[in-house]
Amino acid sequence: MAILIFLIVMAIILIAAAIYSIMQKDLLFAVLGTGVVSLVLSIFFYMLQAPDVAITEAAIGIALTTIIFIITIRNTTRDENKYNDDHINKFKTKKDA
Amino acid sequence: MLKKLIVFLLIATLGYTLAVTLSSIPIGKNRIGSIENPETVAAYYLDKSPNDLKVANTITAVVVNFRGFDTLGEVSVLFLAATGLASILYRKEEEEEEENIRHISHRLNLPSSSLVQTGAKILFPLIIVLGIYVFIHGHLTPGGGFQGGAIIATGFLLMLVSYKGFETNHKVMVWLESLAGLGFVGVGVFGLVKYGSFLQNTGWTGNLNDLISGGLIPLIYIFVGIKVATELTNILDILLNIKPRKK
Repeated sequence: MAILIFLIVMAIILIAAAIYSIMQKDLLFAVLGTGVVSLVLSIFFYMLQAPDVAITEAAIGIALTTIIFIITIRNTTRDENKYNDDHINKFKTKKDA
Repeated sequence: MLKKLIVFLLIATLGYTLAVTLSSIPIGKNRIGSIENPETVAAYYLDKSPNDLKVANTITAVVVNFRGFDTLGEVSVLFLAATGLASILYRKEEEEEEENIRHISHRLNLPSSSLVQTGAKILFPLIIVLGIYVFIHGHLTPGGGFQGGAIIATGFLLMLVSYKGFETNHKVMVWLESLAGLGFVGVGVFGLVKYGSFLQNTGWTGNLNDLISGGLIPLIYIFVGIKVATELTNILDILLNIKPRKK
């Protein structure tokens, strides 16, 4: 029973983190949201008796993928809206303005 | 008109192929099987890996022995990804004008705190040892080459982020990666020459739960672990050392 409640709480955290990382406009926090998704997923894999996959998910999903995304954000822009506005303005003609 | 006809023919061919393939799959029936149903492939694996191959971890036996060729493909996919990343992000040395401040300005701008640096220094050897343990014991405990390699890469990542001056020896990394890849293919060719099929395991398997058992499986996993670790470390090194474009 306790395990069931734990799994349900974990599933709620998983879905909430996934929705958060989609809705978040600040890309850094969105990436951290995907990291939380990976963390909960690796716990799930462990509970579902797949320790091989759990180790892989922990090493690659939590650490490596998150860090690679953070490095990419550091070299580009952090704010989603700013990039989109710049991008749209570049292709705007005089007629639109 | 001809274009439309060609497109129609292509779609028809694709649809026919899919229909034939899908119609032969027994959807809704249990084809995975169990020990009680001994003619299925799962029962064969579960029976053969501890009894004939003497490998305690059945997943390892499937990944390295029964499906070893697929693992070779996966390793080459990772190699292609690392090569592609390096070729996209590569810049010639001449283009870098302020070469002296390359490593200072394009890593994290502020130095890490001494707490992080000391912690990284203590944790780094432990993470490396854990990674090596995971891929050496791939046939006994959960884990294996990919998992161990990824753990080692996270150790290098910790050092690369904490210390600005930390650099991996590029030549050693490239040589280790190439030799590990060649070793994997070499083991495969050894099986082909000696036993008649690519990646064929040896007849000698040792005892169940021994460190040196399972024939060629630990050897292959050591090669895979070294290869994955060096490739992922190279990817991180390239990403952390790229120069931003001039504004």
